Amino acid sequence: MSSAVSASPCPGCIPATLVSEHVAKKIKSNLRFSVPTVHCAACIAKIEQGLLAVPGIRDARVNLSLKRLGVQADDSISETQIAEHLNALGFAAYPLDQEALGTDTDPEGRALLLRLAVAGFAMMNVMLLSVAVWSGATDATRDLFHLISATIAVPVVAFSGQPFFKSAWTALRHRRLNMDVPISLAIVLAVGMSLFESRQSGAHAYFDAALSLTFFLLIGKFLEHKTRGAARSAARELSALEVHRASVLIDGQAVSRAVSELAVGDHILVPSGMRVPVDGDLLSPTAQMDRSFLTGESEEIEVLAGAALQAGEVNLGGPLTLRATAVGEDTTLRRVAAMVELAETGRNSYTSLAARAAQVYAPVVHLLALLAFLGWLAASHDVRMSLNIAVAVLIITCPCALGLAVPAVSTGAIGKLFSTGLLVRHATALERLAEVDLAVFDKTGTLTRPGFDVTTSGLSAVEQSILLGLAQASDHPVSKAIAGTLGPQMKAAALEQIEEIKGAGVQAYFGGERVQLGRADWLGADFSGTGLRIGGSRVRKIETTETLRDGAKTAVAALQKAGIPVHILTGDRREAAVDIAHQLGVRDIQASVRAEAKLERLKDLEKQGYKVLMVGDGLNDTAALAGAHASMAPSSALDASRNAADIVMLRQDLASIPLALAVARSTVKLSRQNFAIAAGYNMIAIPIALAGFATPLLAALAMSTSSVTVLANAMRVRFVK
Amino acid sequence: MNVLAVLIPVSLILGGVGLVGFLWTVRNAQYDDPEGSAARILLDDDTPTD
Repeated sequence: MSSAVSASPCPGCIPATLVSEHVAKKIKSNLRFSVPTVHCAACIAKIEQGLLAVPGIRDARVNLSLKRLGVQADDSISETQIAEHLNALGFAAYPLDQEALGTDTDPEGRALLLRLAVAGFAMMNVMLLSVAVWSGATDATRDLFHLISATIAVPVVAFSGQPFFKSAWTALRHRRLNMDVPISLAIVLAVGMSLFESRQSGAHAYFDAALSLTFFLLIGKFLEHKTRGAARSAARELSALEVHRASVLIDGQAVSRAVSELAVGDHILVPSGMRVPVDGDLLSPTAQMDRSFLTGESEEIEVLAGAALQAGEVNLGGPLTLRATAVGEDTTLRRVAAMVELAETGRNSYTSLAARAAQVYAPVVHLLALLAFLGWLAASHDVRMSLNIAVAVLIITCPCALGLAVPAVSTGAIGKLFSTGLLVRHATALERLAEVDLAVFDKTGTLTRPGFDVTTSGLSAVEQSILLGLAQASDHPVSKAIAGTLGPQMKAAALEQIEEIKGAGVQAYFGGERVQLGRADWLGADFSGTGLRIGGSRVRKIETTETLRDGAKTAVAALQKAGIPVHILTGDRREAAVDIAHQLGVRDIQASVRAEAKLERLKDLEKQGYKVLMVGDGLNDTAALAGAHASMAPSSALDASRNAADIVMLRQDLASIPLALAVARSTVKLSRQNFAIAAGYNMIAIPIALAGFATPLLAALAMSTSSVTVLANAMRVRFVK
Repeated sequence: MNVLAVLIPVSLILGGVGLVGFLWTVRNAQYDDPEGSAARILLDDDTPTD
């Protein structure tokens, strides 16, 4: 993007003429938009044809799976203008930040798909040749078939098996065992043994077993990658939706810059309703800030010139200017990252079910194979036959089913949760969530909706219509809440000379009388909050209350019914917390808790033996989210908090929390069942292999039936309610 | 059994053609938007969309 100005998120802040006319009409790099409402073929045609008719747009392509639009355009048209064209076509569109989004293509997924395709091709060809051998091909024919199988199998295993070899090597280097170690060993030994046998014109070659093992396990790896990829891409899109640009004042002119390019000492303009991008000192005389993301306090705070503002605060008053004191990595927001990293160690050292299974399974199988070799060697003194039997033990012990046991279930579970608006961000999140026995909720922004509810019942119809008229003239959150409540019910009174007084309120004239809506102290009232004055009458208080999020009650009730006690841990005042807790039926409340204290409180609960689920959205919750046994955050949370949480809730509804818990529990149950199924197959197959009766045909049968059973059992996770 | 000398290469070549075809579709980004591809077939050919 050569012209930073044209990509401004705030077209009002910058004069449109700044879009330099003398710059040559270069094609911008692919601009991308999130278009959540596109859903059919007609939508695709409407958007693509509608945009191509706009001068300056070279190409437009909708991706229906991602609900995203890519546009190639000249410099003559800005992102906001394209978004407006899309709005005119009937589709809400949001520009996405290119850097935060990354590329749409998924090179890792493609590489896996290639390996999978090659393994599948080789497996089918070798299987055909093997069928001929099993049905009785002998002598030269058998040797020829083995030779062809070998020429196909060796390069294919070397290419397709790489993901397993790499993972096994990494694990071994760190002196650990994972499932890929026995898998790699089985594949390599099967191919090596079969090569040796083919040279000796032996009867048994396991080329087909080695290839089908690779193929089945690659299916598991690919499925896992796809579901994780979908969740990852959705999470990236959330942060790409955030505005990563700010307006810098240079010689009195506002210039749009990327937040990453801001420097200490820059004078930065923060429009009304926007987040402060960096830490800084306030230059404007006064400002009203919403610090709920940082501290959990639900009420606005008035600050004076010179006050330190922190990145992440929201400007509730008129546009303000600040001088940057810390940018980039040094801002308060970033410093929390250090705290998160420290708190996260517990989560990273959690041993997953698959890892625990591998730690038991790998030594047992390797020991069995070794014993089989030594036992047969002692009994028969035939090295070749003993080695053959040992390899047969390794291949027949169903590493395939074991390798699929967890990924097949978690893939289904993550996919199911994704379709209900839950993004699973961490690999072991579901297993940890299943163990949870206590839930801690943040209040502001988590149990409550961002915004207020307004009570206007004490006012007459005329007073209400005046209130609505005043509220519609302002962008302040309380005004917006009033307009949202009263707007659908009535028409606003016709007001004259409407004027917004920054940092105070709105005033106007109604039938010659002065009417005012604004801060209570501006109106001279003796209460705090928001007041309304009509003419000479006394100031009336406009009661604002926090509203519960949809589904908060159902979620809390369902958790309590499932035997999981619910606590509230908030940075807000006690009275505000008690009111919300009372509505939800929660008795354990801790109010006025700072960020560090939240983490300490969690650690205390953990010491008492609880496994805690933390649900929160603010910066003050970030460390707690990272330190809890499992954690969830709504998508309205700050980027930092979302990144610290295991699961992000895309819908504005908390009712999905009990579902997540149910799915997590059934994921663990089904994974255990799958291990049991694999163990059951082993109990039949191992004695056969130890006795020396294993044949390549038997190995192929055991491998495919156990894999199919495990996959079929995994499907059941989709039926959880 | 001499027929094997013909049949085996033939089967391998046919399988190989399928594999190369599949690799081409992967490289050609044909799996990046499966829902979109399913919907685009309904679009009218007379109106240029691309």
